[in-house]
Amino acid sequence: MLATAIIVFREVLEAALIVGIVMAASQGVPNRGFWVGSGVAGGLFGAVVVAGFAETLAAAMEGIGQEVFNAGILFAAVAMLGWHNIWMRRHASELAAAANRLGAAVRAGSRPLWALAFAVGLAVLREGSEVVLFLYGIAAAGDGGAGAMALGGSLGLAAGVAAGAGIYFGLVHIPMRHLFAVTSWLILLLAAGMASQAAAFLLQADLLPPLGQTVWDTSFLLADQSLTGRILHALVGYTAQPAGIQLVFYLATLLIIGSLMRLVGGTARAVRPQGSRASHPARLQPGE
Amino acid sequence: MHSIALMLLVRPFALLLALGTVVAPVLADDPPVTIAIRDHQFVPSEVRVPANTKVELIIRNEQTTPAEFESTSLHREKVVPPGTAASVFVGPLKPGRYEFFDDFNTATRGVLVAQ
Repeated sequence: MLATAIIVFREVLEAALIVGIVMAASQGVPNRGFWVGSGVAGGLFGAVVVAGFAETLAAAMEGIGQEVFNAGILFAAVAMLGWHNIWMRRHASELAAAANRLGAAVRAGSRPLWALAFAVGLAVLREGSEVVLFLYGIAAAGDGGAGAMALGGSLGLAAGVAAGAGIYFGLVHIPMRHLFAVTSWLILLLAAGMASQAAAFLLQADLLPPLGQTVWDTSFLLADQSLTGRILHALVGYTAQPAGIQLVFYLATLLIIGSLMRLVGGTARAVRPQGSRASHPARLQPGE
Repeated sequence: MHSIALMLLVRPFALLLALGTVVAPVLADDPPVTIAIRDHQFVPSEVRVPANTKVELIIRNEQTTPAEFESTSLHREKVVPPGTAASVFVGPLKPGRYEFFDDFNTATRGVLVAQ
């Protein structure tokens, strides 16, 4: 039962942390619950479908279907997270220029929450399909008992959701005027970590060269299997023994999304009225 | 924009890595190595493969439940549905020991020895 709980927790953790960050990033936006909820629900549905076709997927593309599929899902999530960040940065300058909180709140409602919902759905789909396969395996083996499996699965799920809630409540304590900067950074690092993971899948499929099988090995400091290792893996893409190609994708993602954000938001600082920042030092909680 | 950024990034990396590691010709001449998963055990649990060359591992899941062949040092994770076989390419590897396990049943472990 404990083994079930641990494995379910591990798979849920990554998706839950992403949901927590997305909820914090969309703080104060109307209907965010609907969007994020739809993302989770769509992801769960997709997870069951993907698990059902696991065998077909594994055999597809001469045996590399699974790798290509995982990499595709991850790259799509990277694109969604990147798009959100770039959009937010462009919008930030308009919001600051308007210097009108009502106008800002109305405009904030038009944010591309579908991009975040999509990213959440993809994360849930990928992690969820493994949970479904794993639980199906236990159920099919029939030696652990359905009750123990359900209990272990629920415990793991609850622990994972608690981790997501933890990061959310930690983040929303940050004053509103800093919150978007913090969540933008977190989303950027999430995206880079996902790109590195996608590169690992393409490397496994033999579609990319390793450029160094193991560039460094920090497993003696922080192992991938440890709880901290897993949390950092989910948040910033930590890997104890990265391949060279993973570093290339990680840095390229940071560079591309980061410079696009800088490009579209380049004028933001220049136009931002100084007064509006200084006169509202308390935190703003619009629309909650 | 993308390709330029990538080229700028890839070049110094490739150079750096080429200096530090042995870049062997990537040709899988050796016959594939089959590892079975049977009754929660890898058979054989210790696999010897030649170093500095690409090797194909065939993971055959002979159980009635899904398995996930995973190795952190080899950067491999692959779901193997019950009663099927999956191929996983590894290498060129530096001589050494590389652990692997079934992520759906982490007590199931084995080691790949490259020499």
